[in-house]
Formats: sequence, C-alpha cells, structure tokens
Amino acid sequence: MAHGPAKGITRWLYTTNHKDIGSMYLWFSFAMFFLGGIFALVIRAELFQPGLQIVDPNFFNQMTTMHGLVMVFGAVMPAFVGLANWMIPMQIGAPDMALPRMNNWSFWILPFAFAMLSSTLFMEGGAPNFGWTFYAPLSTTYAPPSVTFFIFAVHIMGASSIMGAINIIATIVNMRAPGMTYMKMPLFVWTWLITAFLLIAVMPVLAGVVTMMLMDIHFGTSFFDAAGGGDPVLFQHIFWFFGHPEVYIMILPAFGIVSAIIPTFARKPLFGYSSMVYATAAIAFLSFVVWAHHMFTVGLPIAGELFFMWATMLIAVPTGVKVFNWVATMFKGAMTFETPMLFSIAFVILFTIGGFSGLMLAIAPADFQYHDTYFVVAHFHYVLVPGAIFSITAGVYYWLPKWCGNMYNETMGKVHFWLAFIGLNVTFFPMHFSGLAGMPRRIPDYNMMFADWNMISSVGAFLFGAAQVMFLYNVIATIVGGKKATAEVWENPEGLEWTVPSPAPYHTFSEPPEFKSSH
Amino acid sequence: MKVLPEDPVKRLSVKLAITSFGFLLFALFVMPPLYVAFCEITGLNGKTGDKYEAVDAVVDTSREIKVQFVATNNEGMPWQFGPEVKTLIVHPGEQTRINYLAKNPTGNDMIGQAIPSLIPYKAASYFHKTECFCFNQQALLAGEEAVLPMFFIIDQDLPEHIKSITLSYTIFDVTDRFSREELLSMVDTGQ
Ligand code: HEM
Ligand SMILES: [Cu+2]
Repeated sequence: MAHGPAKGITRWLYTTNHKDIGSMYLWFSFAMFFLGGIFALVIRAELFQPGLQIVDPNFFNQMTTMHGLVMVFGAVMPAFVGLANWMIPMQIGAPDMALPRMNNWSFWILPFAFAMLSSTLFMEGGAPNFGWTFYAPLSTTYAPPSVTFFIFAVHIMGASSIMGAINIIATIVNMRAPGMTYMKMPLFVWTWLITAFLLIAVMPVLAGVVTMMLMDIHFGTSFFDAAGGGDPVLFQHIFWFFGHPEVYIMILPAFGIVSAIIPTFARKPLFGYSSMVYATAAIAFLSFVVWAHHMFTVGLPIAGELFFMWATMLIAVPTGVKVFNWVATMFKGAMTFETPMLFSIAFVILFTIGGFSGLMLAIAPADFQYHDTYFVVAHFHYVLVPGAIFSITAGVYYWLPKWCGNMYNETMGKVHFWLAFIGLNVTFFPMHFSGLAGMPRRIPDYNMMFADWNMISSVGAFLFGAAQVMFLYNVIATIVGGKKATAEVWENPEGLEWTVPSPAPYHTFSEPPEFKSSH
Repeated sequence: MKVLPEDPVKRLSVKLAITSFGFLLFALFVMPPLYVAFCEITGLNGKTGDKYEAVDAVVDTSREIKVQFVATNNEGMPWQFGPEVKTLIVHPGEQTRINYLAKNPTGNDMIGQAIPSLIPYKAASYFHKTECFCFNQQALLAGEEAVLPMFFIIDQDLPEHIKSITLSYTIFDVTDRFSREELLSMVDTGQ
C-alpha cells in the first residue's frame, strides 16, 4: 500500500503530497514572518526616539512598505494555505487535495515572487516606498524604477493564491467523506471554503489594479493620471474593493482555527455551530460593500459616507455573534489552559478590542480625525497580530504533535505565549494614544510629545520579536524529538484528523473513513 | 457540444478559473468606465462635462451666482497660469466668458493640459461649458504667452441652495506625451 516520500531535494521540488506542500507553505511563511519582523524592528528602532537616527526617510518608507507586503502576502496568507493543505484533507477524510499537481505549482511560484520583491531592496532607487496600499500616483508617477518588479511579484502572488483557492474549493466540494454534509463540516473547513471564494473574487481585482499601474507607467495610459483624464481616486476604489475583502481573507480562517481549539480545551461542543457558518458567510458577503470606509476623507458625498458607515457597522453584528459563541462555548466549561488555548483566549479578547477600534474608525466624522494616524495602525495590528498571527500560532501548537508525532515543550510554549502577549500589548496599545493625540503613520520622525508612547512601543516590539525566536526553537525541538504524542493528542478532540496515528502517515484516508457527526 | 470537462473536479476547477478571469476583466474593463460614468452622472469627482451645445433659454436675472476661479500648477509645471479675474457674478442661463492667461517662461517649447474640478460637486452637472481650452492640450513655444478663453452657462435648474461655485484648473506638463510634430501642429492650429 502506502509508500513513503521520495528522498532528497526532489521530494520537495516534485511533491504533490498535501502534507509536504503544507509543510513547505508553513516554513515559507515562517521565514517571511521573520523577514517582515526584521523590517518592523528597523521601523521600531528608528522610532525609538524622535529625530532621525538610524535610517534615512526614504529607506524608512521602504521598510514600512516591505513590512506590510511581506507580512500580508508572505506570512499570513501562505500560513493559512499551509494549514489548509495539511488539515482540510485530514478533516474531511480525503486522501489528498483535489488538484495535487497544481498544488505543487501554487507553492513553488511563491518563493520566486518574494525573491523578486526582496531583490528590489538592492536595486537602484531602492525598494517600493509607497506603502503596502501603493496608492497612485505615489506608486506610478513618483515610484522608484523597482515598481515594475513589485507589480510582477504581485501578479505571481495573485496567481498562487487563486490556484490555491481553486484547489481548496474543488477539494471541499468533491472529496468529503461519505456522510459529511456541508453542515457537518468542521468550521476550519467552512471558513476556508468561504475564504477561497473571496480569494477567487478579489485577487484578480488586485492583479487588475497593478496591471493598470503597469500600463500607466510603461504604456502611456492614464487610468490614475489626472493629466490624461484619469483619476487617482479610482485607484483607491479598486484597491479597497480588493483590500477590504482581503482583510477578511486574513481573519476568516483564523475564526475556523479558534473554533476548533476552544471546544477541545473547554471540553464542550462549540456553541452555535450553524450561526457560526451563517455569520461567516454574512461577513464575507458584507465585506464587498464596505470598501470606502478606507476612503472617508477623499471627498465622498454625504450619502456615500453614510452608506459606508452603516454597512461597516453592520459587520460588527455577525462578528459579535462569533465572539458570543466562543465565550458561550467556554462558559461553565471544564477549561484547561494549554498553549493553543491560551493563544485562542487571547485571540478572542484582543481581536474584540481590534473590532471595537474598528467600530470607532467606522464612524465617518470621527474618522476624519483618526485617519492616517497611529490609531489606524493600532486597530489593524490588534486584528492582525492577536487575530491572524495568534490563531496561526495556536493552530501550529494544536496540530504540531499530529504532524510530527512529538509533543512540544509546554512550559516553553506558555512562556512564548506570555512574552508574545505582553510584547504585543506593550507595542500596540500605546499606539491608540499616540494616534488619538495626532501622530501620523508612516513617518520616520515625530513631535516630542509622542516620544514616551513610541519608546514603550519599541520596547514591546523587541520583546515580541524575541518571543518568536523561542517559538522557532520550540517547533524545531519538537520536530527533532520530544515526548511521543498519542493519536488523539488532546483529551477527546473532535474531528477526523485525530483518528489517524501521530505522526500522521504520509498517506491518510486512502479509503474514505466512516464519518459520525457529534452535532 | 461539450465544453466543460466531465470529471467533476476538473469541471468545477475550470468554472472557478473562468470566474476568477471574469473578475480580472471586470476590474480592468468594467470598473474604470463604471467609475467615470458614475462620476459623470453624479458630478462626484468634480469633473465638469464635455462640450455643451447652448440652447435658447431665458436668463434668470432673479438669481445671482458667485463663480470663483482658481488655478494650480501641478508639480514641476513652470508655466505662469491663472484667471484674468478671480470672481464673477453671473445669472443662470447667461453665457459668460472668462479668460485664463498662460505663459511659458522657459526656453523650451511645451504642451500643457488643464484639468478642471468643481465644487460643490452637486453643481458639476449644472455647469455647462460651450467652449473651453481644457477640451484640448495647449502648446506654447518658448517664452510664448496665450489667452485661453472659456465660455460657460450655468443651468437654470441649478439647485436653489447653491449660491457660489468654485472652478479650479490644474495645469499639467504633458510635453513628453507628444512628438515634436504634434507640438508644432498644435501651435499651427492655434490650439
Ligand atoms: C468590526 C470589524 C471592523 C471594522 C468596523 C473595521 C473598520 C475599519 C476602518 C473604518 C478602517 C479605516 C480606517 C482609516 O484608514 O481611517 C479600517 C482599517 C483597517 N482594518 Fe479594519 N475593521 C474591522 C475589522 C478588521 C479586520 C478583521 C481586519 C483584518 C484582519 C482589519 C484590518 C484593517 C486594516 C489592515 C486596515 C488599514 C489598512 C491601511 O490603511 O493600511 N479590520 N478598519
Ligand atoms: Cu476595511
């Protein structure tokens, strides 16, 4: 029957195995997480004190741009795709992904995209310096020559994501074990199914907007150039039509992960499964009609301001349903606090804080004050770091024993959690205050009045960074050795992935399993 | 005729790929024109319309509208550019002329393009231009200057609450976009 993996480097180059590809995605993401982290620490080092000390302003701008791009497209998205590769087939009882060869492709083009993007740092004129949102005309008329490489890198990332999304949908729709109806799928599978549809809809829009930039820069069109009859505000509309669903692409799979972890450690079934599914779908649907909340200050008509304000606030309703369900799952549960659970609880609390600052930003008249200040930076880091990053971390601790057959070091995991938790709050909480006091984002120097908050933020950032080195060490140590894990790993976890031995054999579910639902 | 593959996985994948390609086409070919059309209908980005054919209409002398003229040079544009008068009081329905003056003080022959923007946005679709230098590029030889006229009519249907309108022109340097011959032919035709 099952034969093992091929030997040597070709195993990784030619593999079509979902577990191999999942591991490659996760390692790639981990590497990008550290690269993006280094960029962030350059930023925080410069901002440690007012005045210009370490880098010149143009390089500072390259750092904010590259940090955002690498974290969004290199760290968060590939990590979720990696988890999807590993876990979706195992959770739905399928032997592999539906399109294994395309799977290989969608991974292997990514390192090229990021090699190309990173190489711009060494080019004449420097790397992209126009922010991760690359607003025209900063990214067209005033862009460094390396912008063309940036554009092609985005094209490749987009192709990779679209192929990944097609694969995930094809797998979920066609390869579920007999008896697993849609409303019996694990929530991680559900949230990924919906995320994949978002990807298919908006990654092409991202590809489209960079293509228009390419045309404006090299072929004399004027999509975004007022002199030729275009309009830079059009850029922002198209970008955010992609960009807002994109932020949900980075959080919906996270919802799925914590919905798997919390019931295990609360020892209660998930509260409100079907409302979770409907809430996810509602969030995804609404994410298409709120994009202009990023553009309240461009001069929208009153009707537009109001529409986008109310639509944005409406998203808080299904989001609130989810938070309620997680809390209700924990309520009166026999809770224990292993590392994945700690990260998940922190997720629920801190993501909610990020949701609240989002609500503040959604108030159009108030946003005129908050827009482009550190308050926005605080908001999106509260939804992305304890949101996306913590959920990925929780998922890694939760499933790592299943992947490699060994238990991770629990003490070190807990220390990692507390350092990361403290580090992140020390970094990002003060940004609410500096932002409300008026500190603009994306500047290398600032008024003396913001000095204290910035110094605190920088200290927190280095603490957070150090905690991640510990995470890396723990993961490697677990792969190399450690206490053997049982097949179930945890106490009565739910899901098909726990019915196979640990480590999961190279081929699982070559025969479709018997599926019995517990809800 | 069967176009889509039989195998359900392939079938679905092809459909999804087509969908995503559809979204690419949507972004490239639908969103920009949609935006332009939307702005034209609503006047939202302050762009004024194309050439307007004057219709016989009564001048509404009961209303006075203050029209202010503003000029801005886009970054790096060395021309001297501005309106002859900064403010005019006009009646709806009345055709009015305003001159902008442009001078190319440099030693190079250049082409400029003026882009209008009007506030309040609601007034944009009631501000009609029967003739405007902004409909074309302007070529000015080194040191040359020109009077650039614009004729406009404010619609009688201009909403009652609008009492003042500001029209702004930004002049862009578009010399790079044209060949030498095109520049000279623009000078010849007096554009
Ligand atoms: C209750 C839910 C949320 C609301 C009401 C909300 C609202 C907003 C608003 C109004 C802005 C624009 C602020 C400005 O630029 O002035 C914003 C920015 C942002 N939000 Fe949220 N948000 C929510 C959830 C999320 C989530 C879940 C994520 C990602 C996981 C996210 C990521 C971002 C990012 C990345 C930006 C800044 C983009 C940039 O300008 O660089 N938000 N949010
Ligand atoms: Cu948004």
